Amino acid sequence: MRRRQLILGLGGASAALAFTLGLGWWQSRNRVQSPAALLPLPIGEMDFALTNHRGEPVRPADWIGRPTMAFFGFTWCPDVCPTTLSEISGWLEQLGPDADRLNTVFITVDPERDTQQVLADYLANFDPRITGLTGPLAEVERAVAGFRARIEKVPRDGDYTMDHTAGVFLFRADGRFASIIDYHEDRRFALPKIRRVLT
Amino acid sequence: MKSLILSALLALSATPVLACETFTLGDLTIEHAWSRATIGADRPGVFYVEITNNGSTDDALIGIATPAAGMPMLHETVVTDGIASMPHAMSILVPAGQTVEMAPGGYHGMLMGLTATLAEGDIFPVTLTFQNAGEVVVNVEVLSLRAEGPDCDDAN
Repeated sequence: MRRRQLILGLGGASAALAFTLGLGWWQSRNRVQSPAALLPLPIGEMDFALTNHRGEPVRPADWIGRPTMAFFGFTWCPDVCPTTLSEISGWLEQLGPDADRLNTVFITVDPERDTQQVLADYLANFDPRITGLTGPLAEVERAVAGFRARIEKVPRDGDYTMDHTAGVFLFRADGRFASIIDYHEDRRFALPKIRRVLT
Repeated sequence: MKSLILSALLALSATPVLACETFTLGDLTIEHAWSRATIGADRPGVFYVEITNNGSTDDALIGIATPAAGMPMLHETVVTDGIASMPHAMSILVPAGQTVEMAPGGYHGMLMGLTATLAEGDIFPVTLTFQNAGEVVVNVEVLSLRAEGPDCDDAN
C-alpha cells in the first residue's frame, strides 16, 4: 500500500518534471527558431555561389564596394513579387542615375522553375538595373541563411507555392547590414532608407 | 471554344480603359477589375477588383469563375513575421456600407491553369458569385506586369 503510494507519488513527480522540461524545451525551441531576432550577416561573411540572369557567376564578395538592395521572390508568384518588383523599379526610377551605384538583386526562392532564361524573360518587364539570381537549391538556401531569411515550399492543389521573406534588405557599400523595407511599411519611408545606404 | 470567347472579347477591346467600367448587382457596385500580363500560360494570373456594398446587409464573395483559367480561386497574401504566404480565402466578406478592395498585397483572385497567355490590353470575363446577391459577370482588363492598378479618373 505504502509502496504503491510511493510509486504513484514518484510517477506524478516525474510526470510534472517531464512536463516542465518539455515546456522549457518547447519555449526555448520557439525562441531559437525565431529569425526576427537575428540580423542578416554582413555581405562579407555570406557564402554562396549563384548565377545571374545574364549567365554570369555571382558571389557575395562581388557586391562589396557598392550598396546592395536585395530581396527574395519567385516568378510564379502572382501577387507579392510583381508588386515588389514594380515598386523597386519605381524607386530606382525616382533615384535616377544615383541608383546606378546600387547593386539591386532579386534572388529566386524557386530555382526549380526559375532558370536563368525564365528570370531573364521576367525581369525584362522591370527596371534593367535589377539583377536576377538563381542556382542550385543548396546555394539559394545558403543565401537565405546568410540573410537570416526564410523560405518554405508549400504543396498547393497538386502544385506548390513558396512562402518567403517579403522585405527588401539594404546593405552599405562595405557590406554591413543597414535596414529592411518591410512589406507593409509605408512606402514613403523606402526612398529615404535607400538614400541612406547611397551616401 | 475558350479561345473563341477570349477573341470575341478581344474584339471589344477598342473601348478605352475598360478597367474603369462599373458593374452593378443589386446593392453591389463592382469596379476597377484588372489583371496583370503573364509570361506564358504556365504561371498563374492574378485578378483584382473593388466591391462596394451600398445595402444594409452584409454579403460575401464566395467564388470566381472565368474561361481564361481552369482553376481560379480566392487567395489572400498574408505577411506574418516578415514571411509572405498565400492562403486560400474561403470567402471575402463585403460588409454593409463598405468597400472591399482586392488589391496587390491583400485579397486577390489567383488564376491557375491559364488557357492562354494574358497579354497587356486583353480583356476577359470573370463571373463573381456572391452569397446573397448572386452572380455578375465583369470584364477584366489586362494591364502590364508592372501595373499597380488601373488609372481611372475616379480611382482613389
